[in-house]
Amino acid sequence: MRLVRHLVRTPEGAIGLAILAALVLVALFAPVLSPGDPLRIAGRALLPPFADPAFPLGTDRLGRDVLAGILHGTRTSLAVGLAAALAAIAIGLCVGLTAGFAGGLVDEGLMRVVDAFQIVPSFLLALAFVSVIGASVPVVVLAIALGAWADPARLTRAQVLSIRERDYVASARVIGMHPAEIALREILPNALPPVLALSAIIVAAAILTEAALSFLGLGDPNVVTWGSMIAEGRNILRSSPSLSIFPGIALVVTVVGVYLFSEGLTKALAGRRLEP
Amino acid sequence: MTLLAIKNLSKRFSSGGRRVAAVDDVSLTLEPGETLGLVGASGSGKSTLARILMRLLPADAGSIRFEDEDWLALSGADLRRRRARMQMVFQDVLGAFNPRATVASVLDDPLRIHAIVPKAERPKEIAALLDRVGLPASYADRSIREVSGGQRQRIAIARAIATKPSLIVLDEAVSALDVSIRGKILELLVELQEERGISYLFVSHDLAVLRAVSHRIAVMDAGRLTETGPMRQVIENPQSPAAMALIHAVPRLVTEPTEGPYRDV
Ligand SMILES: Nc1ncnc2c1ncn2[C@@H]1O[C@H](COP(=O)(O)OP(=O)(O)OP(=O)(O)O)[C@@H](O)[C@H]1O
Ligand SMILES: [Mg+2]
Repeated sequence: MRLVRHLVRTPEGAIGLAILAALVLVALFAPVLSPGDPLRIAGRALLPPFADPAFPLGTDRLGRDVLAGILHGTRTSLAVGLAAALAAIAIGLCVGLTAGFAGGLVDEGLMRVVDAFQIVPSFLLALAFVSVIGASVPVVVLAIALGAWADPARLTRAQVLSIRERDYVASARVIGMHPAEIALREILPNALPPVLALSAIIVAAAILTEAALSFLGLGDPNVVTWGSMIAEGRNILRSSPSLSIFPGIALVVTVVGVYLFSEGLTKALAGRRLEP
Repeated sequence: MTLLAIKNLSKRFSSGGRRVAAVDDVSLTLEPGETLGLVGASGSGKSTLARILMRLLPADAGSIRFEDEDWLALSGADLRRRRARMQMVFQDVLGAFNPRATVASVLDDPLRIHAIVPKAERPKEIAALLDRVGLPASYADRSIREVSGGQRQRIAIARAIATKPSLIVLDEAVSALDVSIRGKILELLVELQEERGISYLFVSHDLAVLRAVSHRIAVMDAGRLTETGPMRQVIENPQSPAAMALIHAVPRLVTEPTEGPYRDV
């Protein structure tokens, strides 16, 4: 695809794509790389890293394998991040398209709701939502999406409003095209690219939010997450800092990878538009 | 039979508290096979009038009769069907096409929507349309971004004639083009008119262009129609100050032979 070629031509895009590809592979093959339940007690407690070849990154206070936790944590982080971003983009697209096309009172009403969601800090919203309903992966996903859909909604609406005034939409009306076809074939495909570029940033934010929720003990207790590993290690940060540092590094690498990818994507989309 | 009769058409815009009468009590008529040149300074309301006529903007007051129908009363599916009879060519040769379109899809849309020819014959019809506007049939597969401005305007004209309209509104249709290409496009338009009896409402701020193609000229100023008359009469003996100003802006217009380069009027 042309877009991918443009993407890997930018340094950000190439590095970001490489990091994300590696993470996806780790997430897919985590059960192969480290079989068994990562939450089970695997060996002696508090083994230091790089000491025992069976536990390269050591073990935590309960004797759980840190490497296994990080590998399996990749699954949770990516899955929750992607699912939340997907949900946020889907909600945002629906609301933005409806507001942009309907106009008038519908637009006014929807945009006030968007305002309300943009004013409330998204982390507080997620926190409140999970505390009330209870912690499980779907609830966490929904809670994060709830705080993230307002931006894509606003951007989608702005795109629709601007594209609606272009001559090619007027030209489609002039030849008698049905309004539904105009919306789906003329406007939507041209409104999407900037919203998609935004989605990468939403993924990064969602991964961070998920980690923060887990850190506060509001993640799903039945799956291993980087946030809960950092929280675990915090109590013995002085004696065994590696317990918090390794999942912390994993988190930073992931978020930086997603950001680089989104930078590259934005540049690639802009470059493609500049082409004759 | 009069093809188009606009009566007392008005349209106001209010932007930022300021109210502009973009079109103010305009009446005009157009006969079959006739070209009416609509000229006026920038902001005089030419495009607004064209867009109301194309049902892209609602009018505030007035009526339009087109092919013996109340054109402003049409709506929904009726309007979409009747749009086949009145087409438009836009000024912006790039902005008038979906950036994702191919030449074939641009021409396929009107054929499909109005079922001009059976589905199986559409590629043949697209080739015929391209040929009619002077482009090779092999252009069909190109992306619209891969053809030049002049070629794009030819494609826009092909799209406009695809539904066999009786009226084409051209809003500054050649203003964005090179002078050399401009003449060729005007020539094509005149040929199509002689061949198919299409009427044109040709909007331009350039009297030299209008002189080459118009039978009659209407002059607009600040939303009002100040003068309408046969092309030669308006150019040689303008009555309104607005018309005089426009004619004096083109110094050689009156001293040149008054026959247009493409036709005797
Ligand atoms: N959507 C709009 N909202 C507010 N005012 C508008 C709008 N469209 C046009 N106008 C105003 O209406 C007047 C007529 O504009 P219009 O575009 O019809 O002029 P024009 O004769 O086509 O000019 P030009 O030769 O520059 O294309 C102008 O004063 C313009 O500012
Ligand atoms: Mg105009």
